[in-house]
Amino acid sequence: MSESIVYWLQQTLNALQLGSIYALIALGYTMVYGILTMINFAHGDVFMVGAFFCFIAAVYLGLPFLPTLLLTMAGAALLGVLIERLAYKPLRNAPRVSAIITALGLGLFLENFTLALAPYPKHIPALLENVTWDLGGVSVSSLQIIIICLSLGLMFLLDYVVHRTPVGMAMRAISWDKTFVPLMGVPVDLIISVTFAIGAGLAGAAGTMYALAYPVIDPYMGIMVGWKAFISAVVGGIGNIRGAMIGAFILGGVEIMVTAFFPSTYRDFVAFSLLLLLIVIRPYGILGKPRTQKV
Amino acid sequence: MTLLTAVKVKHYFGGLCAVSDFNLQLHYGDLMGIIGPNGAGKTTIFNLITGVYRASEGSIRLRNTELVGKTPHQITALRVGRTFQNIRLFRDLSVLDNVRIAHYAQADYSPLEALLHIGRYRREEQRIIENSQRLLAIFKLEHLAGETAKNLPYGLQRRLEIARALAIGPELLLLDEPAAGMNPNEIDLLMEFIQWIRTEFKLTILLIEHQMKLVMGICERITVLDFGETLVEGPPEVIQNHPKVLEAYLGEGPVG
Amino acid sequence: MSALLRSGWEWFIAQRWLMMVFLIIGFVLAFAIPEYNLLNKYVQLVMMYVGINIILTVSLNLVNGYMGEFSLAHAGFMAVGAYTAALLTQKVLPIAAHPWLFPLAVLMGGLVAAVLGLIVAVPSFKVRGDYLAIITLAFLMIVKSVIENIDYIGGPRGIPGIKKLTTLPWVFFWVVVTVWVVRNFVYSKYGRGVLSIREDEIASDLMSVNTRRVKFMAFMVSSFFAGIAGGLFAHLLQFISPRVFDIIKTTDVLIMVYLGGIASIGGSILGATAYTVLLELLRPSTVAAMLAWLPAMVFDPLNEYVISHLGVWRMVIMPLLLVLVMLYWPRGIMGLREFRWFVPKRDMEAHHCLNKPTGGSHDAADGR
Ligand SMILES: Nc1ncnc2c1ncn2[C@@H]1O[C@H](COP(=O)(O)OP(=O)(O)O)[C@@H](O)[C@H]1O
Ligand SMILES: [Mg+2]
Repeated sequence: MSESIVYWLQQTLNALQLGSIYALIALGYTMVYGILTMINFAHGDVFMVGAFFCFIAAVYLGLPFLPTLLLTMAGAALLGVLIERLAYKPLRNAPRVSAIITALGLGLFLENFTLALAPYPKHIPALLENVTWDLGGVSVSSLQIIIICLSLGLMFLLDYVVHRTPVGMAMRAISWDKTFVPLMGVPVDLIISVTFAIGAGLAGAAGTMYALAYPVIDPYMGIMVGWKAFISAVVGGIGNIRGAMIGAFILGGVEIMVTAFFPSTYRDFVAFSLLLLLIVIRPYGILGKPRTQKV
Repeated sequence: MTLLTAVKVKHYFGGLCAVSDFNLQLHYGDLMGIIGPNGAGKTTIFNLITGVYRASEGSIRLRNTELVGKTPHQITALRVGRTFQNIRLFRDLSVLDNVRIAHYAQADYSPLEALLHIGRYRREEQRIIENSQRLLAIFKLEHLAGETAKNLPYGLQRRLEIARALAIGPELLLLDEPAAGMNPNEIDLLMEFIQWIRTEFKLTILLIEHQMKLVMGICERITVLDFGETLVEGPPEVIQNHPKVLEAYLGEGPVG
Repeated sequence: MSALLRSGWEWFIAQRWLMMVFLIIGFVLAFAIPEYNLLNKYVQLVMMYVGINIILTVSLNLVNGYMGEFSLAHAGFMAVGAYTAALLTQKVLPIAAHPWLFPLAVLMGGLVAAVLGLIVAVPSFKVRGDYLAIITLAFLMIVKSVIENIDYIGGPRGIPGIKKLTTLPWVFFWVVVTVWVVRNFVYSKYGRGVLSIREDEIASDLMSVNTRRVKFMAFMVSSFFAGIAGGLFAHLLQFISPRVFDIIKTTDVLIMVYLGGIASIGGSILGATAYTVLLELLRPSTVAAMLAWLPAMVFDPLNEYVISHLGVWRMVIMPLLLVLVMLYWPRGIMGLREFRWFVPKRDMEAHHCLNKPTGGSHDAADGR
């Protein structure tokens, strides 16, 4: 294979890895938005806490990879439900900004609380034996494969749950109509909690994988990654699950390509400029539908 | 003298043709009604006239100005006031402010005068307050000037919406289902009231209404709309017994 | 007794001329405090930060509270103002010889920020709510990365060694200007336009409000004062870098806005003051100094186990406090209400000529 093709393949692989992590987090943003039309700004920090759960499970409990992943997902899901029940549920009928501000406050709280308990960045031990293969010049690590496959697996699972199961149907019904669906016997509160649990669980999975791929974690790591995941959700059309996945891979691709060709300090600049451009051209995202207001 | 002319107005929402061929001629001082089954495109016509939507085809002229392509505030400033089928007050603002906001185009002072409260600001603000209070008094809302709009009972909210539309200083007033949610008694009062403001403010009125009693009672001419098309136009007596109208309505089931 | 207090308060509130008296006293104090060292340096510093935060909060409230948008760009405008002013005083203006040029530098910072505010206003014509939030966030990030990538202005390292030109009188002056101008704006046809956009943009347009012009003005005024605050901030902290103006800075201001209450200048002043002072009060050194009167057998363990850890934990307590405020007081302390002295007399009388106070938007509220 020629040099440049190898290079592109390599970068594509890196983009897929970054994109899958963004996608797992973006799904949480988009699901919550879909069902509550609310941006859960604390979600990036749930991802961060997930990475720290992973650290606890791996270092203090000495667990191997799979139990660590499951424990982290469960812990993050629980955190997600707690946040929803304690902070968002009482505000469901309050002005929208109250919920947004509460979310921002909760995010700050999670960051600083983690910082108070863990003042220094933590190093995550290698939970998996990392083998690197050389496929015609493209180096592929087993970790990359696992991250990408696991993320894709989780995404397909979610897609199945949302589109093929009663719970998923209830979710879609609630996001479709908030006035009448509750009257038809759909347990709205339960479904909302389930949504938060799933979203946070996926963020927990993302935290684990991020910690494995980039093994130094700190309490502020969720801010930027969270925003990027959020952008992914918007690019795809917020509220749209498949859109979030597409948006995440686009953003991951763009970021990797920018760092491949420009100084890395341009990365955020290009990412956010692209976001601006997209919003101007297609304000409702790639798969989103324009919402018109009837007069 | 004609005030408003609409010629071959057409409007699509995506693929849906909401208004297919609408024609209208409104003279100064007219009181005209638009009736038609639900979804016939009546509200859409108001939205086209006021610039909320831009007509896909056709022309709408007010006096000698083409309205198609103008923004709502430009059209409103040409003295076109309107109310909404579903009340759209500024809910969290006071009754007085709801009316004051509608004076925006008439308030004759510059941004700088506003930022420093100098020059024409004082005089104009005083004038706006006086005019608003005059309107509120006419509508018997003056004692509620400081009340938040959303705290008003439904009937008063409807009234406030008309007061707000009149604050524009309109020559043409568009009323979208003003009698919605009213009982027969209230409708009688509303009919009287509409006729009164018509002379008092020298208005030309175009109104959408389902309540036949009101439409037949006060409108001089009526346009029947069905599937976005002008079906017939004429005085109430003609409309009442027109076979096409009966067909359109009976075919659609109950009016509502 | 409480009736007496109440009527006393009513009387006090009605004496609008007292505002002028307080203003003059304020100015005199602003000059006298640093001149005669009436308060220690630390307290003076905190007072200046309170002032800068009031400017930031009042100006952000214009867009986020009065207009009901959710802008995250405020730290970006602040950065632009800070960099412009700092570059002017460090590289362009002969400040050493003419310290009175400082206000000019700050003003220029505000103006440049205002121009950028115009640019951010453009997308707000088309999109609202969450999408506008994202656009403003993108703007903030872009400003930050542009600064990071220009070596002439220090890149990621920023500008160190800025002269300390911000003084208490200057801060006080700009606070007064901000409050006065924003208040004037709010109580004008443009300000009512801003409110109506928050309530119902389409209806607003149909009531003859030129929504684009109103948005332009709101964003411009808001970003202008953010730029002013940035200039003052740079010449107080004496060091700026892109990191100083990241999303956390915006979040701080957001917290102050919503804590104090949306669409309320009095609320913003209260929110900014309470938040800034509380954060300072929770500093270990402050708490230790305040509790120093305790007997050593109580103080020492308290100091060891609680106070000395407050440095981190106060950052945990504050956001928690915010969440609690939102849960029990979703509109903030003075949401949609205004301190009576800020409401022009004409507006007050028009709302109250014939009835008693109610819960209306421009309605009087006691300052609490
Ligand atoms: N903003 C919109 N987007 C898409 N379709 C619309 C919109 N507004 C109205 N319609 C459609 O246009 C048709 C006419 O609506 P309308 O003018 O509201 O009818 P009515 O005569 O009851 O007032 C209806 O089929 C309605 O669903
Ligand atoms: Mg209608």
